[in-house]
Amino acid sequence: MSGQTGFREARAADAAVEISGVDKVFETRSGQVQALDTIELTVAAGEFVSLIGPSGCGKSTLMRIIADLDEPTGGTLAVFGKSARQARLDQEYGIAFQQAGLLPWRTVAANVALPLELHGVASAARASRVAELLEMVGLSDFADRYPDQLSGGMQQRVAIARALAEQPRLLLMDEPFGALDEMTREKMQTELVRISAETGAAVVFVTHSIPEAVFLSDRVVVMSPRPGRVREIVPMRLGTDASARAARTEELREERSFFEMVTAVREALHGSPVATGPRGVEHR
Amino acid sequence: MATPAVTRPRPTRGHGPSPRTETTLRIVAPVAVGLLVLGAWQFLVSVVGVSDYLLPSPASIIEEFAAYWPSIASAMLITGANSLVGLVIGSVLGIALAALAARWRPVDRMSAPVVASLAVVPIVALAPVLNSMFGADSQFGRQAIAALASFVPVFINTLRGFRQTTPVHRELMRAYAATPGQVLRTLTLPTARPFILTGIRIASSLAVISALVAEYFGGPRGGLGSLISTSAASSAYARAWAYVVASIALGLLFYLVTLGLERMLQRRAPQAGGRP
Repeated sequence: MSGQTGFREARAADAAVEISGVDKVFETRSGQVQALDTIELTVAAGEFVSLIGPSGCGKSTLMRIIADLDEPTGGTLAVFGKSARQARLDQEYGIAFQQAGLLPWRTVAANVALPLELHGVASAARASRVAELLEMVGLSDFADRYPDQLSGGMQQRVAIARALAEQPRLLLMDEPFGALDEMTREKMQTELVRISAETGAAVVFVTHSIPEAVFLSDRVVVMSPRPGRVREIVPMRLGTDASARAARTEELREERSFFEMVTAVREALHGSPVATGPRGVEHR
Repeated sequence: MATPAVTRPRPTRGHGPSPRTETTLRIVAPVAVGLLVLGAWQFLVSVVGVSDYLLPSPASIIEEFAAYWPSIASAMLITGANSLVGLVIGSVLGIALAALAARWRPVDRMSAPVVASLAVVPIVALAPVLNSMFGADSQFGRQAIAALASFVPVFINTLRGFRQTTPVHRELMRAYAATPGQVLRTLTLPTARPFILTGIRIASSLAVISALVAEYFGGPRGGLGSLISTSAASSAYARAWAYVVASIALGLLFYLVTLGLERMLQRRAPQAGGRP
């Protein structure tokens, strides 16, 4: 028994996120809504995992539970072997939402510096880190601008720089490119692939775009609604180690393997039989 | 990496007058209207012959204003000081109580009916009561009235401002494990700032009006309100009007100073690439 516990702990320390049997029930006026039903999911350190599914499948709720912005009704959850609350207090993750959520009265640089400022980083160290981050997202020339002077895509890049400010080992992103046009979106995806390869952080990425999930992820978690369940976890065959990730470029979008993966995810989403492969076949 | 161009469309002007003509018009038009009204007024008194005790002429008011300038200046100082003390105390209390009400729901529940009733109380009607409470030689009653009058708009606006924080900002602060003090400093107060400043601007005129009207109900002499009532009682109508003009000037001064403060604090740092 104790040996088993030891094994579990060791495994939990390796994983960025370990979710087991997580339920979430919302109390509403018209009764209870089961948002999540016994979710099992492990995200390895440095792994890029997308959560995809129709609206109402609980993908955002799941991400919010990992971020300790919501609490699970049941089940257990560990972020780097700690409770979600402790992980939040220890600043183990960086987070970005669909809205950039920049403070309009702060300059771009001051927005990126916000988490560093809140956690007492000395101002010299703060300035050099901010310069580094803005360089990474290609906004060095815009450090003194205000958020309303930037396009949506640039605002979202500032938000990503802010999320990376404290070099988190885990990045949580809730449809960060959802409000962007298709061209900006693809550019941002390429950026994110590069940034995640550079930082080596694990990413939990919520989206409802199949090509986006396929392009970015090592594994795609397909969820189904009412109640929110993991229907299938589709591994991407596009290469999962850091070097392969860095090799993911615009050309990939036109390769055959990319379309095959898109098809696989689409079939998993719609629940129709998958022709080949070892993945489970679900009939409804 | 290619950076997309800054997309901040300049406000496009329609086919209306050029901005310069517009500015000139904005200044010239009200001045012209004012002069026309004054001219008609002077005409009514000196040509049509409306008697001087009904409507003193602008010329006689200006004359009295010049003749009694020392008294008018000291009266403006007394009433202005009372208004300022009231405005500052009322604003500080309004902001503090609104902060508590925004933070703790029970405080909100307790303060809501009190503030609602304060808002409908004719505050100057408290003047005789306060005068007898604090003695006839104290300015405190007037300052208290100005403070009460200022408190209501500042409280209501500030509370509204404190509730303007968006969920995404609040969740961000939670994700950063920010302390309540940090949330207040970095998020809640900056979000509420325009609302607080608007509240203070509205309160500034109310403070002057209340401090002035409170003087009608006894207490120490020398303020604008008491001099208006004294002059009117002794049939010196032109002089009474001169004090009224001074009151308007004082109210305007308070309004403009708070407006300037609002503009100054709201204006952002100059834009780096804005100038050629």
